[in-house]
Amino acid sequence: MKKIIALALALMLALACIGFTTAEDKKAVKLGVILLHDEDSTYDLNFLNAVNEARDALGIEVVVKKNINESNACYEAACELAEDGCNIIFADSFGHEKYMLEAAEEYPNVEFCHATGVMAHTEDLPNFHNAFAAIYEGRYLAGVAAGLKLEELKAEGKLKGEVPLMGYVGAFTYAEVVSGYTSFYLGAKSVCEDVIMKVQFTGSWYDEKEEKAAAEALIAAGCDLISQHADSMGAPTACENAGIPNVSYNGSTVESCPNTFIVSSRINWEPYFEYIVNCVANGEPIDTDWTGTIADGSVMLSEINETAAAKGTVEKVAEIKAQFENGELHVFDTAREGFITVGGMQLDSYMANVDDDPEYAKDTEAISEGYFHESEYRSAPYFDIQIDGIQLLNAKF
Amino acid sequence: MEATKDRVKEPLMWITKRDGMNPVFIWLIRVLAFVCGMLACGLIAFALIEQLRDEPSRITEFYKCFIDGVVKNDDMKWTFAKDVAILLCISVALTPAFRMRFWNTGAEGQTLVGVLAAVGVNFYLGEPYARSHVADARLLAPMLVAALLAGALWALIPALFKAKWNTNETLFTLMMNYVAIHLVSFCLAEWVPNGSNTISINDDMPTLFNGLAAVAKKNHKYSNYLTIILTVLAVTVLIYIYIKYTKHGYELNVVGESLRTAQYVGIKVKKVIIRTMLLSGMLCGLAGFLIGGVLDCTVNTESVGGQGFTGIMVAWLASFNPLIMILTSAIITFLNHGASQISTAFDISGALPNVMIGVVLFFVIGSEFFINYKLNFRKHAREVRA
Repeated sequence: MKKIIALALALMLALACIGFTTAEDKKAVKLGVILLHDEDSTYDLNFLNAVNEARDALGIEVVVKKNINESNACYEAACELAEDGCNIIFADSFGHEKYMLEAAEEYPNVEFCHATGVMAHTEDLPNFHNAFAAIYEGRYLAGVAAGLKLEELKAEGKLKGEVPLMGYVGAFTYAEVVSGYTSFYLGAKSVCEDVIMKVQFTGSWYDEKEEKAAAEALIAAGCDLISQHADSMGAPTACENAGIPNVSYNGSTVESCPNTFIVSSRINWEPYFEYIVNCVANGEPIDTDWTGTIADGSVMLSEINETAAAKGTVEKVAEIKAQFENGELHVFDTAREGFITVGGMQLDSYMANVDDDPEYAKDTEAISEGYFHESEYRSAPYFDIQIDGIQLLNAKF
Repeated sequence: MEATKDRVKEPLMWITKRDGMNPVFIWLIRVLAFVCGMLACGLIAFALIEQLRDEPSRITEFYKCFIDGVVKNDDMKWTFAKDVAILLCISVALTPAFRMRFWNTGAEGQTLVGVLAAVGVNFYLGEPYARSHVADARLLAPMLVAALLAGALWALIPALFKAKWNTNETLFTLMMNYVAIHLVSFCLAEWVPNGSNTISINDDMPTLFNGLAAVAKKNHKYSNYLTIILTVLAVTVLIYIYIKYTKHGYELNVVGESLRTAQYVGIKVKKVIIRTMLLSGMLCGLAGFLIGGVLDCTVNTESVGGQGFTGIMVAWLASFNPLIMILTSAIITFLNHGASQISTAFDISGALPNVMIGVVLFFVIGSEFFINYKLNFRKHAREVRA
C-alpha cells in the first residue's frame, strides 16, 4: 500500500514538474567555475572577469572555486559543484581535463565545459565540451600593425639591419604558441613582404625576469620590434626601456609603456559563458568543440596606441578585421604564392595531430580549399609547422 | 656608583618555565585558544569581506561554512576523512625523526619523490599515458615499492651527511624539497613532449582491496578513499607501538633526549639516525604512493601542495604523539576545508583562506607558550615606587 502511495506521489510530482517547466520555458542556470589559481594570475583573472561579466549580464548564479590543482582535487571540486546544484561546470586549465571527464561521466545531467582541452571530440560524452578561441586571428591583426610599423621604420631609414627583423618571446615550443607566433608573423608579412623573425622561448608562462632577459637579448641581436606570448610585463618593460616598439598580449600595456606599446590581442571568454548559459537555459545542446572568433567578440584587440603605431594603422586593421568577419580572409593562407613556405617549398599538405594520443600521431589533413584549417577539427590549436622566415633560437618544452 | 643608590630593581614582568601542569587545564587552554582564534577570524572577516560588512547577519553563515566544509554531503565527508588521512600519514612519517630531534623539514620533497616514483613506474611499465590506459592493478605493487624506496633515498641522503659529518639536517632536508620539485619539472618535460606538463595514468582508479568496495557501498571512489584511510590508520597505530614499545623506539627516544646518554649506554647513534630517517622517508614515500598511485594518478609540482610543511605543525601540535595527531590533522583539515568554503560562499580573494587559517593557528601555537611558561608580574608595583 505504502509503495502505491509513494508511486502516486512521485507521479504527481513528476507531472507537476512537467507543468512547471512548460510554464517557465527558461531554466534557471547555476554556473560552477574551477580555476587553477586565483585573481593574482593574469590567466585566471581573464576567466574570472569574463565570468563576472556574464553573471551581471544574464543574472545567473555563479560559484567560483579558486586554487584547484590539476589533480583529484579538480574531480572533488567538480562533484561538489554538481552536488551544490550547478548545471554547468567550467574548468580553465589544460590539466583539469581528465578529472572533468571523470566527473562528467558521473553526472550525466550536468554540462561540463573545459577551456583549452582536446578530448571532447574523441571521448564522445554528450555532456562534455571543449572550447578555445581563434586567437590566431587576433595575432594576425596585431601582426599587421607590427608590419606597418616596420614599413614606416624602413621608409624612415631607421631599421637596425638590412631587412626588418622582429623578435618574439614565447613560453613553450608547442602548438598553441607556434600557431600564435606564426599568425603574428604572417600578419606582419602580409604588409611587410621581407620581414623575418627570431623566437626565444622561456619555458614558463609567467617569469618576468626570464621574459625581460629574452626580450633584451633579442633587442641586442638587432630586432626592430618585439612581441610575446607569455603572461608577464617582462618583454614590454624591456621594450619601453630600450625604446623598441612592442606588441603585447592579454591586455593593453599602454599605461606602463606609453611610448612603445602598439597594440595587444586577447581572448575574451565572456561570449562563451553567455553561449553555454543560454544553451542550458533554452535546453539546446552545447557544441562539442566551440571556437570563439573575432566576429563574436571572443578575440579582442586592444585600442591602438597612435603614439607608437604607424600612420594609418587603425584604418588598415579595421579593414582586415572586416575581411575576417565576413570570412574572406584566412590566416594560414596556403594558396597565396610565397606566403607560407617550408624549406622554400609552398606548403600544400599537412597531417596534423588533432586526436591527442600518446604517440603524437599525425591523423588529420589540415590543409584544404587553399588554407590550413586551424581550430576547426578541434577547438585547441594544432598548427605546429616551422615555416620559412622564422628562426627559433632555442626550444623549451 | 649609581646602582648602589637603588635597590636591585625587580622587573615588571618575567617568565619562568612551568612544569607539571594539570593535563585537563592544558587542554582547556588549547580549546580556549582555538575559540579565540575563531573569534579573531570573524573580526578579520568583518574587516576584509565586503559582503559581510554589508550584511553583518551573515556572520552565522560564515561560521557555518566551517561545518559545511566537512559535512555538507557524503562526498565532502569522504573527502574530509581522506584529506585528514593523507596529512596524518605525512605527520606520522615525521614523528620518529622528530622524536630523535632530527628536524626533518623535507617531508614535502620525500613525499613528492614518492609520487613521482609511483607515476614513473606506471609511465615506463604501464600502458601509454593518454586515454587508452587500463586499470593496471598488477603495477600497484611495483609502484608502492618504488615510492617507498624513493622516499627513503630522499631521507637517507641528509641522514648520511648528518651521521658522518654532522651537517645541519634542517637546512639539508629543506633544500632537498627544492631538488625534488625541480626533479618533477624535469621529468614532466621529458615524459610529456607536447609541453602541456600534464601526465595522467590509469583512468579507472585501481582498487587495492576490491572487497572493501562493497563495504564502501556507494561507488568505487569511496573504496579508494577508504583504502587510504585504513592504510594510514594502521600505519599510525604501528608507529605508535614502534615508538612506545620497541627497542628501536626506545633507542631513538634516548638519542633525542640526550646524545651523551645514548653514547654512554652504548647505542650506536649513527645507526639509529640512519635507520630512523629511512623509516621516516619511507613513510613519506607511502604518502606519495597514496597520492600518486591511488588518488591523483598523476604528478605535478603541486601534488603534495605544502602538506609536507603542514605536517610538521600537525606533529608538533600533537607533541609527537601519533594518536593525538589524528586529532590535530583533523583540526588543520577542518580549517582548510572551512576556509575554502568561505572563499566560495563569499566570493573573496584566493589568498584570504590562508589568512584565516594563519590567524587560528597563531592563537593555538601561541597558547603553547602559556602552557610551557608562566608569566610573573611584579607585585605591588606602585607601592615599591612610593
